[in-house]
Amino acid sequence: MKEFLLVILVAPFVGFLINGLFRNVLSKKIIAFNACGQILISFLFSLVVFSTILESGGAIFEYYNFIKVGSFQIPFALQIDQLSSIFLLIITGVGFLIHVYSASYMKEESSAHFGRYFSYLNLFIFFMLLLVLGANFVIMFIGWEGVGLCSYLLIGYWFKNTEYNYAARKAFVMNRIGDLGFLIAIFWLIAKLDTTSFSIIFSNESLAKLSTLDITAITLLLFVGATGKSAQIPLYTWLPDAMAGPTPVSALIHAATMVTAGVYLVARCNVLYSLAPITQTIIVCIGLATAILAATIALKQNDIKKILAYSTVSQLGFMFFALGLGAYTAAVFHVITHAFFKALLFLGSGSVIHAMGGEQDIRKMGGLSKKLKITYWTFFIGCLAIAGIPPFSGFFSKDAILVSAFAKSPALYFMVLLGALLTAFYMFRLLFITFSGSFRGTKEQQQHLHESPAVMTLPLIILAILSLVAGVIGIPDVLLNGGDKLSEFLSPIIFVNNEHQLSHSTEYLLMGLSTILIIGVIVVAWVLFKKYKTTETVGIGKFFENKWYVDELYNKTIVNSINKLAKICNDIIEKSGIDAVVNGVGRLVHYGSRQLRLLQSGQVGNYILVMVLCMVLVFSFQFIFKK
Amino acid sequence: MPIYYYIVLAIVLFCIGIVGVLVRRNAIIVFMCIELMLNAVNLLMVAFSKMHHLKNAAINASAGSDGQLFVFFIMVVAAAEVSVGLAIIVMLFRNTHSVDINFLNRLKH
Amino acid sequence: MIALLLVLLPLITGVATFFLRKENAAKKLALLSSLATMVISILGLTLFNKTELLQFSADWLPGLGTKFDIRLDGMGQLLCLLTAISFPLIFISTWQRTYKNAHNFFALMLLAQAGLMGVFLAMDALVFYFFWELALIPVYFLCSMWGGEKRIAATFKFFIYTFAGSVLMLVALIYLQTQTVDHSFSINSFYQLEIKNDIQNWLFVLMFIAFAIKMPLFPFHTWQPDLYEQSPTSTTMVLSGIMVKMGLFGVIRWLLPTLPSASFAYGETTVAVLAVIGMLYASLLAMRQNDMKRLIAYSSIAHIGLMVIAIFAETQLAMQGVMIQLFSHGINIIGLWIIVEWIERKYGTTKFSELGGLAQKAPVMSILFVVIALANISLPLTNGFVGEFLMFSGIFTSKIFTYQIVITAAAGVCIILSAVYMLRMVQKIIYGNTSAITANATDIGFNEKFALSIIALLILAVGLFPQPILDLTQTTATQILNEANILHLLKK
Repeated sequence: MKEFLLVILVAPFVGFLINGLFRNVLSKKIIAFNACGQILISFLFSLVVFSTILESGGAIFEYYNFIKVGSFQIPFALQIDQLSSIFLLIITGVGFLIHVYSASYMKEESSAHFGRYFSYLNLFIFFMLLLVLGANFVIMFIGWEGVGLCSYLLIGYWFKNTEYNYAARKAFVMNRIGDLGFLIAIFWLIAKLDTTSFSIIFSNESLAKLSTLDITAITLLLFVGATGKSAQIPLYTWLPDAMAGPTPVSALIHAATMVTAGVYLVARCNVLYSLAPITQTIIVCIGLATAILAATIALKQNDIKKILAYSTVSQLGFMFFALGLGAYTAAVFHVITHAFFKALLFLGSGSVIHAMGGEQDIRKMGGLSKKLKITYWTFFIGCLAIAGIPPFSGFFSKDAILVSAFAKSPALYFMVLLGALLTAFYMFRLLFITFSGSFRGTKEQQQHLHESPAVMTLPLIILAILSLVAGVIGIPDVLLNGGDKLSEFLSPIIFVNNEHQLSHSTEYLLMGLSTILIIGVIVVAWVLFKKYKTTETVGIGKFFENKWYVDELYNKTIVNSINKLAKICNDIIEKSGIDAVVNGVGRLVHYGSRQLRLLQSGQVGNYILVMVLCMVLVFSFQFIFKK
Repeated sequence: MPIYYYIVLAIVLFCIGIVGVLVRRNAIIVFMCIELMLNAVNLLMVAFSKMHHLKNAAINASAGSDGQLFVFFIMVVAAAEVSVGLAIIVMLFRNTHSVDINFLNRLKH
Repeated sequence: MIALLLVLLPLITGVATFFLRKENAAKKLALLSSLATMVISILGLTLFNKTELLQFSADWLPGLGTKFDIRLDGMGQLLCLLTAISFPLIFISTWQRTYKNAHNFFALMLLAQAGLMGVFLAMDALVFYFFWELALIPVYFLCSMWGGEKRIAATFKFFIYTFAGSVLMLVALIYLQTQTVDHSFSINSFYQLEIKNDIQNWLFVLMFIAFAIKMPLFPFHTWQPDLYEQSPTSTTMVLSGIMVKMGLFGVIRWLLPTLPSASFAYGETTVAVLAVIGMLYASLLAMRQNDMKRLIAYSSIAHIGLMVIAIFAETQLAMQGVMIQLFSHGINIIGLWIIVEWIERKYGTTKFSELGGLAQKAPVMSILFVVIALANISLPLTNGFVGEFLMFSGIFTSKIFTYQIVITAAAGVCIILSAVYMLRMVQKIIYGNTSAITANATDIGFNEKFALSIIALLILAVGLFPQPILDLTQTTATQILNEANILHLLKK
């Protein structure tokens, strides 16, 4: 087991090294084979590990002492348990499919850049695995920052484009803001408990040492880290910009894996969060606000990837909403299903973009269903899944969230239902505008339209099947007794709150209500967008289209004020403040000596005069102040 | 005669010397003024030595004689100094055709 | 023996190099000497338990109560290793640059190395002061003779600044000597001193100004950007990589244990406040710079600020964090200067506006540049992370500070800002489209590749396996903290 984990972790790193160092030598085929092969190895070993976990439960393995100072130590230790094994499978499984897809999607890149792309991708998988496998906060943080780095490198993959570089930098810096919160939380834990290991921190005697203030502060700070990585208000604006990267990257990093790291973090610390009601309330508010805000923005976007990006932000909002409610299993469930259908949607959009020759504006698409059959059908399945139509996977995970919201308060339920309806609406708007009606692009593009090769469609099909069936792991008890396998599986790690049990009839009613409303919304979308014509948006639509002007607000207030402050420091304080004082001292000495030099006139008479005067002065002083 | 008379005379002589040095520009006169100051001091020395001798003759027969002795030293040194000084002045005159000390500020540059 | 060799070898070869008229011969001798020094230093690491080999003592000026006493302890080992590794890297990476009167240049470089070694080895205050000045003088000549256009003004400022500081320190050292029981300058006598609080405060000010100027700590930093911009790059490497560490080293070895109650009194109220202001201030300034050299200079000020706070936090974590960071920061910043040197030699400018797009033309340089830049913003798995993580946790857990949360948060903001300015530099230099100057660029040569690869390897090695270095400095850190432990003193 210990060695297996190491293999899972090291295989992508080896792939990174080979592709990174020899990218100029190796052919594209070998590069792709190497990259995909390493992930496949990881995936296969993950399956083995997963089956062991099913039988025997989790374990912690120490490899070496990373840092040891006095009594404080951070071992390089990996932890495998129910939660991390699920993430392990998602990362390596979805990661593998996306690697295969990329091999075809990126084939027009030159060999060196192709190698660079795959080495970054492998490095990302390595760090992501480190993140979920780390047995203490520091190892987790290493993965946490590492995935941020890979995200930076991959968003700025086409580095000649200055705008992409800005997007990459924005992502990195915003993540860093969150990371600072994470770091301070770690320091806080070190100060109080002198350790960073999960197993010690989550034990009862450690928790007893923490005051309520400590727990609230630590959980809030960790949540700040999660808002950065998982693109929640107020740190979400980097994710839509991150779409500058290649589409498979968006699918892997900015939909399926990295952005769910925040959810993983909170779920991992669920013991702490359950003890911090204030933090939970804040998470509920932020999750809900993000879910709805991002959904409203997604309503009016026209870039296919931007819509999906805002959709991701919104879905992450749902997950955090669930986390805040204490429904950790529901959140993890949604992470799983979301990984499948969002990866599917992104890869599908990649296939569309590929067919359109790089065009991303859905106003210039339309009627693609005839030419891109497989893409269309898989995309359709993805939309059904994200909208939450039974029996697609999204239905079950979303239902779990909705039910737990209702159990808390009906008001929350209706708000989150609004978010779910918006989701259905913008996704089907996207689907209908893109695939129905008539083609609105140029002649050239129409000629170029073609279905993607099998290497790209195969992952789509697999993901579509997964989106369809993944719900079986969490069928609620009302529908099938003992169907909620996921809760059962996660129960050793995740604390389940059984206080608010709803009656079966209420649950049926809620499911029926949401399904009917969502189908209704889809019908409305069909009517509105089956024959789409470009129209000018007005009123509140304009407001949504411009993303609530949040970017502008941030630029005006924070970025500008920091820049101004920096300018003041540079131009005024440094040049005419401190440096002027320093130079002023020098100048004063210089000036003083120049004035004193005048006394040396060279006239002997003057000297004698001064001498005599001084003597007279001295004598008279002595005479007057005689003791 | 009380000692004050000598002191006052010496101060007057000394002050004349100082004022002469400060005011006059002719090197020879400046020189003479310096001599004047020296001699004012000499006068004081002699006067005080005499005074000491009168006071302490009963205890020590040679009391106050060192003052007289120093005067001789000073006169010798002054004579030597005068010869050197005059030589400088002569050289000065040869070079500048003047004995004005205001010309003597070359070292400043 | 090892200790003596570390000082004598560069000193003797340095003097010998003055008499070599040929540039190539001087270069080769300098490189050979520095390599030999490195071997000796590494040898010293392996002999860690045999203390008799690591020290040397001889009578020097017995009348003044001073002995020529040098010894390698854990921290000294680490900093000597930094010095010993840096010089060959500097010589190799600047091999292609030609200097007029090259023999003088290399001789002075070696003399500077001797001075630096002496500072890190000295176990006697007067010897420490002697080497402190010995290191300064060659650097003064190096900058004023081989520097840029405005070199005279910049060097003059630097010299006056540091010299003023040194003199203040000398006054304090002499006073301390008179207070010792045996009237000696030896470090042990200094550590045993127990001086009244108000006098400690005065002495602290005198000594701390000297160290603060050298580090440099805000607001004593204005000599630095000018000098870094004007000096020849290899000298800048010595200055920023090793010499500024002298200030921090001095505080750790001479100030904190000798004047514990003053360090406690000023630690948070003055020093930490100044350092935090300085960090934020330098980070903001770095964001505005459009020249690589000045940006690196300001970023260095920001990093040093954190180390100063960590020293005065007086915890084991922070102290060992500082020591590992002294080493890491030296390595990283020398790496950055190697790249600056290459860019300047190739393109004659280090301005962002005239560069860009080097990732297309010089991929190897770009990768190494990014690695070093990431180490500088302390990304995990690089050496920068280990040091900064330990320092931050040490500051946060400090029992001496009362506002550790505020200090940590304010200093933490600089981590964010450091990402902003370093990535801005990376973006402007290597990403985007090529400019007129870089259109025909080629990749770095073998020398630079070699030097930068060594640095990148060190970055990753220390980042992955920091424990050997932590073990090395453990004893020194514990000892110094014991001497400086104010709580312990108060109990007595």
